[in-house]
Amino acid sequence: MKAKEEHKKYLKNIKWQNIKVITSQILIFIVFMVSWQILSDKGVINTFLCSSPKKVLETIISLYKSNDLLIHVWVTLKEILISFGLGSIIGIIFAAILWWSPFLSKVLDPYLTILNSLPKVSLGPIIIIWAGANQNSIILMALLISTISTIISVYVGFKHTNKTSIKLLKSFNANKFQIFIKAVLPYNINTIISSLKINLSMTFVGVIMGELLVSKQGLGYLINYGSQVFNTNLVIAGVVLLGILTSILYFLILFIENKLKKEW
Amino acid sequence: MELLEIKELSKNYLTKKQVICAIKNINLLIKENQFIALVGPSGCGKSTILSIIGGLEKKSSGQINFMKKNLKVGYMFQEDALFPWLNVLDNCMLGLKIQNKETKENKKYVKTLLKKYGLSSFEKSYPKELSGGMRQRVALIRTLATKPDILLLDEPFSALDYQTRITVSDDVFKIIKQEKKTALMVSHDINEAISMADKVIVLSNRPSIIKNVYEIKMENKSTPSENRKNKKFNEYYNLIWKDLDHYES
Ligand SMILES: Nc1ncnc2c1ncn2[C@@H]1O[C@H](COP(=O)(O)OP(=O)(O)OP(=O)(O)O)[C@@H](O)[C@H]1O
Ligand SMILES: [Mg+2]
Repeated sequence: MKAKEEHKKYLKNIKWQNIKVITSQILIFIVFMVSWQILSDKGVINTFLCSSPKKVLETIISLYKSNDLLIHVWVTLKEILISFGLGSIIGIIFAAILWWSPFLSKVLDPYLTILNSLPKVSLGPIIIIWAGANQNSIILMALLISTISTIISVYVGFKHTNKTSIKLLKSFNANKFQIFIKAVLPYNINTIISSLKINLSMTFVGVIMGELLVSKQGLGYLINYGSQVFNTNLVIAGVVLLGILTSILYFLILFIENKLKKEW
Repeated sequence: MELLEIKELSKNYLTKKQVICAIKNINLLIKENQFIALVGPSGCGKSTILSIIGGLEKKSSGQINFMKKNLKVGYMFQEDALFPWLNVLDNCMLGLKIQNKETKENKKYVKTLLKKYGLSSFEKSYPKELSGGMRQRVALIRTLATKPDILLLDEPFSALDYQTRITVSDDVFKIIKQEKKTALMVSHDINEAISMADKVIVLSNRPSIIKNVYEIKMENKSTPSENRKNKKFNEYYNLIWKDLDHYES
């Protein structure tokens, strides 16, 4: 009985702690927004340079009313999903090829390292010359930024698959393909998921980078356009929308991660 | 009946810095239903011998003759290497799946083994839900599923604590005897080797040669844990200990 009560108390305490954390988080947000609004109303900060919560909200609503909001969000989302999907598939396949051929992985090692440490943004102008000032170069940009690091982290995971498991499969006369499917891939599900998480944020960087450089639509374009016409409201509205989009995709990946991890 | 003959087997490992001569001129004859234990100092090449028989490593010279057509070997390692994402039944079916022998008959055989050795209510459980001893039994059944003629056991109990080790070695011994299997087991532990084997082979330091061979003959030989209490047990222990001690100093 006593142990049960103690446990109850313990659970209550945890719940209370959680409530405190969440309340504080919400409070910080509210205090920030309210003081931003009040300071702009009182003219302490320049709304022309710093905008205000009300104005940002108004901008978003007017974007929605003129049917622009969904178009811009959709364009960016589409670019992100295409680059993320392609980048993940290419990254994993390439990592598998490197695992398959130790010779190839040795040969390509220095090139991958150089490509990985190169600031890919510097390739932006060349990409635009090659692929044209259109969505293709945005996707290419995002792929370039995200794929190399996916290849490297997934390959490292593959290489460190439990040795005894591979030996066991070999003792059953498994071929290399069977070893890959039965042991290497399932062993690295967690590695793959965590590299996909990084891949996603890299893809965001790539897509926005690309949109800032070339696009005529999308959130990156909105931000860029806003800054060119000195419309801070629009710039901040773009950033806020981007933040919301990132969080949604991030939580989606967390959800998938939890689903997949549950198995063991 | 003889199953396997090893003649003048040698193995050199080649690395950039040096040539490691692991084993040298090993001769061994394994008969059907025999239980043979290999003991020797750490790093002397015990695992190497098993790897070569199991086809995981290439030999440098010598011969390995299988006296039976299509002789199959089954491996069991120190780590149980159960796949955490597969349940007990699927883990046991792994070898059959890989060899494309997932027939109804074979599945039934696996289920009978699981039932016989007290694991049938855990068929759908995952490895992390099992105790160390149970995991080792699952690993053995996974090996038995492909119906090997010879079992190669590489320190199969050394990941277990002392108490569990004794009960699990009883279990594994019972299973091997009941299924009428031939076994070649590597062990660090002299007690374990004497209590389980019909024959203990003592290897020397690297490059390892066969230092001595002991036929373990005891009156009323029974389970490994009972054999440990046998009168002759200590005699063998002292003999083998001397062999090893001499070489390790
Ligand atoms: N792949 C390898 N490459 C190079 N040297 C190796 C390799 N595998 C084993 N060796 C060397 O060969 C020798 C014998 O190794 P082996 O694993 O057979 O010893 P062991 O008797 O099983 O040792 P332990 O009791 O520690 O398990 C060791 O000195 C080891 O360093
Ligand atoms: Mg060994």
